[in-house]
Amino acid sequence: MTMSAATLTRSDLETRLLPLADRYRGRKGITIPLLADMQREMGYIDPEAVDFIAKELDIPAAEMFGVATFYAMFRLQPEGKYVVRLCRGTACHVQGSARIGEQLQRHLGVQEGETTKDGLFTLQYVACLGCCSLAPVMMVGEEVHGRLTPEKAVDVLEAVRASQPE
Amino acid sequence: MPKTVVKVGLASCGVAAGAVPIYETLTEALAGQKDVEIKKVGCIGLCYMEPIVEVERDGKSIAYGKVDTAMAREIAESHVGRGEIVQRGVILDPESKACENERMDSQVRIVLRNSGLIDPEKIEEYIANEGYKALEKALSMTPLQVIDEVLSSGLRGRGGAGFPTGLKWKFANGAKGDKKYFVCNADEGDPGAFMDRSVLESDPHSIIEGMAIGAYAIGSDEGIIYCRAEYPLAIKHLNVALDQAREKGFLGKNILGSGFSFDIHIKEGAGAFVCGEETAMIASIEGRRGMPRPRPPFPANSGVFGKPTNINNVETIANIPWILLNGAAKFAEYGIGKSRGTKVFALAGKIKKGGLAEVPMGMPLREVIFNVAGGIAENKKFKAVQLGGPSGGCIPESLLDTPVDYESINATGAIMGSGGMVVMDETTCIVDVAKFFLAFVQKESCGKCPFCRIGTKRMLEILERITEGKGVMEDLDTLLDLARQVKEGSLCGLGQTAPNPVLTTLKYFREEYEAHIRDKKCPAKVCTSLIHYVIDPAACIGCTKCARNCPVSCIAGEVKKPHVIDDEKCIRCGQCKKVCPVGAISVE
Repeated sequence: MTMSAATLTRSDLETRLLPLADRYRGRKGITIPLLADMQREMGYIDPEAVDFIAKELDIPAAEMFGVATFYAMFRLQPEGKYVVRLCRGTACHVQGSARIGEQLQRHLGVQEGETTKDGLFTLQYVACLGCCSLAPVMMVGEEVHGRLTPEKAVDVLEAVRASQPE
Repeated sequence: MPKTVVKVGLASCGVAAGAVPIYETLTEALAGQKDVEIKKVGCIGLCYMEPIVEVERDGKSIAYGKVDTAMAREIAESHVGRGEIVQRGVILDPESKACENERMDSQVRIVLRNSGLIDPEKIEEYIANEGYKALEKALSMTPLQVIDEVLSSGLRGRGGAGFPTGLKWKFANGAKGDKKYFVCNADEGDPGAFMDRSVLESDPHSIIEGMAIGAYAIGSDEGIIYCRAEYPLAIKHLNVALDQAREKGFLGKNILGSGFSFDIHIKEGAGAFVCGEETAMIASIEGRRGMPRPRPPFPANSGVFGKPTNINNVETIANIPWILLNGAAKFAEYGIGKSRGTKVFALAGKIKKGGLAEVPMGMPLREVIFNVAGGIAENKKFKAVQLGGPSGGCIPESLLDTPVDYESINATGAIMGSGGMVVMDETTCIVDVAKFFLAFVQKESCGKCPFCRIGTKRMLEILERITEGKGVMEDLDTLLDLARQVKEGSLCGLGQTAPNPVLTTLKYFREEYEAHIRDKKCPAKVCTSLIHYVIDPAACIGCTKCARNCPVSCIAGEVKKPHVIDDEKCIRCGQCKKVCPVGAISVE
């Protein structure tokens, strides 16, 4: 996953995005999976990448940005190594997930949607993760952690931090 | 000797509860043993008991709950090895009736018929349980006969609206067009509902078979499953199942030699609640912003890329093969009035036994909550049950004898919705819950209709004021007025139902709103602006534990002397109350 949003060279864009563009050439109704693939490749939706693909596939860039800003899945900023997705669904709410959010914000020193200075964690609040019977729940990367308390949530993140190579 | 089968539940809930290490422990402990097979199965719905391991040995099946690695080893050695049941972990035993047998026995499992029993990644197991027989039968009938069967079963849309499925198919069948689409709505967005995820993860072939039957009935050759990207395991299992179904000839050209051709592909959603609405979903499938449009034209006449399109929800489709195979009359035996068959509920909130349960329509809410879901956790007092997600409402204790059927639930002001049932107890603030749902719909409003976009925002601001103790009595009238306008002024279901949580809570729990406004008190002690943490100087032993655990260092005091909380600095996190060894801290 790329962290720096520094300028991408033309040849960079070509090597990373041309094979992708070729897969979608001539097909209809592709904007969402196309953006998802771009995000997988670049780590986020890079405006320069959108311009490049838009020209390649003859789709208005405005249409791509329109879609990218409509759906929660797409990110216009690079994010941390681990995305912390705190579930804010109903079951998690009544089991106290708001307090977990407050605790994580204090502990990480970030607001919802922001990334820690060391680039390790991005804190996100998401709608239901569908693990309601284990509420309150959060995902760190691909792993689901259930039956949390504010303290347990912090412990989980600290364990992840401790497992990082120097 | 017949084979011993060991099944481990590895759907999302199981994995989150730690089932993977259990599976690994069992695989290791049973490695090399002949006549023993370890299977990965889906979700049986007893989520509060995960991780769950089932052992079939000597013609008898025993399930264990809350299995840890030590118990897994014991199960391998004792039960699998010597045939001695590990009594302390047993949750299901058909003979001696263990603790969870009642929960399973109170259900009628049509949609969940295979969930937790078969390996979702093996088509052979689905076929062994009468899988794809319904498709074979359907293909021997005419499309109109299939539609008649579904019509007379009385099956209605399980996604929320409750429109008769057979009728929907009839419209799509009658629509003119060279190309038709059959879409499965797997964009389960209601917070608190997870039955679709479970079915997709645990029994994906039932969806493929149901879709193939429906496609035959309406004359479609292309199916689309629109699935939430938040459900990676469901998508994985669906992809495996689609490949297997193609290989076996249940999808593709000339299915089972009938001349009928049909194939399915998956469209991943990208995180927008409104895409559960039909016309918004169509826009999203076409690759656009998922914004609803006026109807007519209805999707049956003009849907995906302007072609006739039929959209059914996952749970609806899972019923189809069963109905074809067992007959409409058998299906209609379950249920009451105009609501036939069963409904799967996702039980969550302050109950003892969260998870999934499929019950016949018409079962009273009280029975679902206090029998099937085991009643309220920690012996607290029931306050309300929230049905139907952000479009639904809160039902109070006085209406607990309401049967779960579309019409009766609607009469309370809530809706059946997709079947999310979140139970709340006396420690849940009803105004806070209304605010929670409104914040959700406000965020998820696509912004097309001004009443939905701006009206929900204004309503949310009022609720925020009330929970901060800054509300005035007139706010309640303004809320009602805005609610009416948002309902009337919105194009799609999201806006039309967005005020429901506020309307039902105002109807049944008005005094709680008034307490926030008039007395500046939150009776459930949830709203942080209206509560204060106080240390009882007579009870405090000065152990300093609270001061050491306070995240904002707002507690002062000397050792062995009473401590004091600085209310200005206090963030109401409740940490001090939790750590106090003598219970000297209370909330006022």
